[in-house]
Amino acid sequence: MSTKGDKWGFQPEKSNVIVLDRPVAPLYRQLRLKVPSLASCFFCGGCSATCTASEEGMNFRVVHLLLCRGEMEKVGSLIAPCLLCGKCTLVCPRNVDTRSVVFNLKLALHELQ
Amino acid sequence: MPTDKQVPPGSRVAVIGAGVAGIMAASTLKQAGVEVDLYEKEERAGGHLNRWHHLFPGREEASLVREGYLQQLREHSLSLMLSAEVKAIVREPEGPAGGRFRVTTAAGDSRDYGAVLLATGFRLFDAALKEEYGYGIYPRVLTSPELEQRLSPGGAGLDTETGPPKRVAFVHCVGSRDAKVGNRYCSRVCCITGVKQAMAVRERYPGCEVINFYMDLRMFGSGYEELYQEAQEVHGVNFIRGRVSEAAKTLGGAIQVKAEDTLLGRPLKVTVDWLVLLVGMEPSLSAELLASLALESDQAGFVASRDKFLQPGQSSADGVFLAGACGGPASLPESVNQARAAALSVITYLNRKG
Repeated sequence: MSTKGDKWGFQPEKSNVIVLDRPVAPLYRQLRLKVPSLASCFFCGGCSATCTASEEGMNFRVVHLLLCRGEMEKVGSLIAPCLLCGKCTLVCPRNVDTRSVVFNLKLALHELQ
Repeated sequence: MPTDKQVPPGSRVAVIGAGVAGIMAASTLKQAGVEVDLYEKEERAGGHLNRWHHLFPGREEASLVREGYLQQLREHSLSLMLSAEVKAIVREPEGPAGGRFRVTTAAGDSRDYGAVLLATGFRLFDAALKEEYGYGIYPRVLTSPELEQRLSPGGAGLDTETGPPKRVAFVHCVGSRDAKVGNRYCSRVCCITGVKQAMAVRERYPGCEVINFYMDLRMFGSGYEELYQEAQEVHGVNFIRGRVSEAAKTLGGAIQVKAEDTLLGRPLKVTVDWLVLLVGMEPSLSAELLASLALESDQAGFVASRDKFLQPGQSSADGVFLAGACGGPASLPESVNQARAAALSVITYLNRKG
């Protein structure tokens, strides 16, 4: 007897809903302490527009949003192509030290591994 | 009615700047029986209103509105001094005639007044400072006032060597909300200007695609949101949420723009015939005048009101008043309202003094 899900060969694996009830991820809290200017980000996308690694999937704006929403899973793979060139920091209208954010993220994720 | 010479300096008022705020303040004062001199550094009155062809959101013809203001000048026989840049305003010890402020022009003429009303307006942001947009280097990158001139009667239009433009893009928040150029504030009126101009381009060139790159659209005024909706529904203007990071000239002379489509989360590039930069407002009152009157200004450098809730339009200095965009980015109707209110504050001040 097949269940509803495998009749079509797939099953809903994981909810797509962002759950804000979770506590803030410790990693994000540390990052905010290390790079206080991150609080100024208003997600305009200037950083990702100028990004050298955007073709490789890097997107600072999305990474920051994922961190804000407590969605840590994809962060490591998203920042992997980042060359730390710092163009995003030059472009940022709110003077966020984006390069330092990514650098500290890479460090923290490396330490976690 | 006392003639000009019989009015003691203590009850005369100097209004600095004959833009809409200055004209409205001066004519309000004059109608209330206060003698006014209106100083204007340019050769003609009207200020930045002279730059515009149509006004938002009702798209009234700017020249007609300007004529209405100039009519005020004539109707009340206002003393208007053109090409008279004020170089110094010095607070004098109060003499028997009650004069407290000596206003001196660049030509060296001095006159004493009982009160000063600043209506010095704003300066447009110099788009060349946003180097990544190539203004002043690429001929196809324009500022919003330049587009307005091109689209006004007798203007050069937007035709290129290959005919009518096929695609035009607007960049919102140029020189506003940008810590890199030191302007953290919102200039308020550029959003609706971008909407108005996008519609104007679509009307003039129906085959031209128009894209507005924005970070947030601030449709705060009466009728603004409706105009935004009309731009989408009737004129098919494309609004893309993403800050343009850079512009580059293509081999053909067009402009390639890079942005992120932040709602899709993907990088975007597009080639346009013209790139229009919606430039914001900057404080224009000279540092010397601010200092000589010991005026307080806000973080951005605009003249601050003593108390923005209880004493708007009164500067930190006794007897010095302000109206319009010298106190911060303001629309035309807002400036005019502030001017009338400031004129009332001046009258109250003079009455209390006299």
